[in-house]
Amino acid sequence: MAEYLIKNGFVFDPVLEINGDKVDIAIKDGKIVQSTEIKNPTVVDAAGKTVMAGGVDIHAHVAGPKVNVGRNYRPEDKLFNYEPRKGVKRMAGGFSVPTVFRTGYKYAQMGYTTVMEAAMPPLYARHTHEEMRDTPILDQGAYPVFGNNWFVLEYLKNHEVENAAAYISWLLRTTRGYAIKIVNPGGTEAWGWGLNCNSIHDPVPYFDITPAQIMKGLMDANEALRLPHSIHIHTNNLGNPGNYETTLDTFKLFQGEKPNNDFGREQVMHHTHVQFHSYGGDNWGNVESKADEIMNYVNNNDNMTMDLGCVTLDETTTMTADGPFEHHLTELNHLKWANTDVELETAAGVVPYIYSPNVKVCGIQWAIGLELALLAKDPMRVFITTDHPNAGPFFRYPRVMKWLMSQDAREAQMDALKWAEKVRSATLLSGLDRELTLYEIAAMTRAGTAKALGLSHMYGSLKPGLEADVAVYDYNPETAEDPELIEKAFGNAAYLFKGGEIVVKEGEVVSNGNKKTLWVDAKVAENPQVQRDVAEKFLRYYTVTQANYEVNEKVFMKNPYRIEVDATQ
Amino acid sequence: METVTLTPKAQPELFIDAENITPDAFAGKSAAEIAGLSVFEGNQTQTLGQYFEVAGKAAATADETKIVIKGDVTKVKYIGMRMTGGEIVVEGSADMYVGAWMEGGRIRVKGNVDAFSGTGMKGGELEVDGNAGNYLGAAYRGDWRGMQAGTIRVHGNAGSDLGTFMNGGTIIVEGDVDVHVGTHAEGGTIIVKGNGKSKIGGQMVKGEIYVFGTIDVMMPGYVYREDVDLEVDGESARFALFEGDMGERHGKRKGQVIYGKIYQKY
Repeated sequence: MAEYLIKNGFVFDPVLEINGDKVDIAIKDGKIVQSTEIKNPTVVDAAGKTVMAGGVDIHAHVAGPKVNVGRNYRPEDKLFNYEPRKGVKRMAGGFSVPTVFRTGYKYAQMGYTTVMEAAMPPLYARHTHEEMRDTPILDQGAYPVFGNNWFVLEYLKNHEVENAAAYISWLLRTTRGYAIKIVNPGGTEAWGWGLNCNSIHDPVPYFDITPAQIMKGLMDANEALRLPHSIHIHTNNLGNPGNYETTLDTFKLFQGEKPNNDFGREQVMHHTHVQFHSYGGDNWGNVESKADEIMNYVNNNDNMTMDLGCVTLDETTTMTADGPFEHHLTELNHLKWANTDVELETAAGVVPYIYSPNVKVCGIQWAIGLELALLAKDPMRVFITTDHPNAGPFFRYPRVMKWLMSQDAREAQMDALKWAEKVRSATLLSGLDRELTLYEIAAMTRAGTAKALGLSHMYGSLKPGLEADVAVYDYNPETAEDPELIEKAFGNAAYLFKGGEIVVKEGEVVSNGNKKTLWVDAKVAENPQVQRDVAEKFLRYYTVTQANYEVNEKVFMKNPYRIEVDATQ
Repeated sequence: METVTLTPKAQPELFIDAENITPDAFAGKSAAEIAGLSVFEGNQTQTLGQYFEVAGKAAATADETKIVIKGDVTKVKYIGMRMTGGEIVVEGSADMYVGAWMEGGRIRVKGNVDAFSGTGMKGGELEVDGNAGNYLGAAYRGDWRGMQAGTIRVHGNAGSDLGTFMNGGTIIVEGDVDVHVGTHAEGGTIIVKGNGKSKIGGQMVKGEIYVFGTIDVMMPGYVYREDVDLEVDGESARFALFEGDMGERHGKRKGQVIYGKIYQKY
């Protein structure tokens, strides 16, 4: 394979503690190597440019049935934005729910190389994998949802953590999943009765277990299985005024817990899109930011990580396995609503949403997302996301970076809000003069996410031996002054190397790369009880047979990459 | 005002997408440059000159440019799409999406237009001497933001689903209409001089529909309120006012609930 030498760039790598120094990066056989190991490289001149590892997105909804429902029921999302086939690129379209091709191209143009699908209904794992297979360039993995799964609810109700772990091991292997996702634990199951769980101590109907027990039990199972990623939580009471208390209650469940794994992961819990969970007040009239209280906890407890879920003030499509929340949303905005129940496992809803700069609450939400990042003491534990597409499309990350890196840019946006003064008085943003550095941005977008995913041995840094995923941005940190340059440069990578191959050159996609699909194979001791339970549930309740449930690697996946864990001890 | 004349020559084998036939695309161009503009026939990109003789030249701006299409263009879609000004006259009939998403200017079609004409219209005038197909002045598929403003006048009949998700503007049909009129409307005015059939104003929460002729089946969600004397499109008459659709959510203004209104002439 080709050898490359990326010369003279300003390198930002929190893992190697390189903060803008000019360091040459050498690539050979798809890996990053010492520059002495290459003989006849193609030299890429990165003088005056920023060099980082390929971006790693820990949470986005980019594949699977609810994404596809969004595509199907929002033809207007594709109106006037189709791009015809060109070069290696296939036809692409869609704004908030882009086609799989546009998803791959746009991420690559932002210098991202790894993207995790944040919620996979196990029953539709095949569909999710088919979409990931067709998403070019990106290495991907998907998190099956467990927080409302009947097996999990029953085992945890009976305090059978070992059985829950054996079931999780079976399900991860069967669906080729990557991590344990929990969405509105118990609440989505309660939605089957037209109910919800609004706090972590609300009992789930019929199952007689609380969200707190579900989350804690799944954490215990996760650590018993020694999985690369921690449990990945979207807790109860999302998007409601006053919900920061539920969020803090959730965080506190894990206080003092220790991680158990061989992947360098230091957290026992990742909480996603915290922006949606940081609201004070008790109605939409007096809703206010509680980002300070949330970040106060996060900063003082280093056994957890989180991502932001920044509102980008766009028209977008919300989609979540939090079925009751989507119903709540359609009652608010009266736009079209799709809802589905996934048998024994989960549910989902989809509603279009317009985060309008003319609506006070939208302005407050926008401010909270940014505040969380600006109040973070450890950027290796707080990650940039928009919960794509829920708070905004992923290709707004460069805009979020601009707001985080420039107080002028966010004040300009604040002034452009219709209710700027009301937003200012309900939030802290205008009082925060911190401007994030590229070093911190690199932590929040690649080094930190790779570590939290247990993938720091592959991604997130330019350390020799890691995958040669390298992004070069046309951004000179020594001379750039206009914040607009941040958005432009980080949305149009000058170069992107993926597995040692150039996939983006001067902002254009020139190769479809060689994607991998990551999944976790956690071996546990044979558990006849769980095997019997699985067989019985398929016979009695599922609409498919067990044989038609498994994801066959050859059929449904492209370059499956198995990460083995031995949890038999 | 400068005039560009397009005379159809070879009929295309497939239907063509000609979203470049607009005063905006023509503005500032010579006949030869206009003939070089792209159109799509199936998945092939072709030039306008392959299907039309182009004569005359365009003015510097769209507002000062008039396009005359001499003859039938029943296999040409998207004439006047997203135009912001100027004028288009089609001397025969045209296919679907005439004046779709238009924002200003005038389009006059002397023959018929097919479905989706005036889709998502935001302004300007569209006049059809003959008949219009289905989905006249409707929203784009999936969108809840239909016709916003502007005027559509059809001298003949119109098909089904006109004014779906209409938010503003006026549609006047001088002949009859098929089923589904003003479905989901949240504003705007629809005037039917001929007869209506059924499903008029279904799920409408705001806006007005005037029917001069008969209505085969009134929607069950409408309630008769009173008789009113009105002048509508130059005609004075007495109308029965119905309000609805009672099955829907309705907003309030100054303490009064806003309903969709159907006026039927006695």
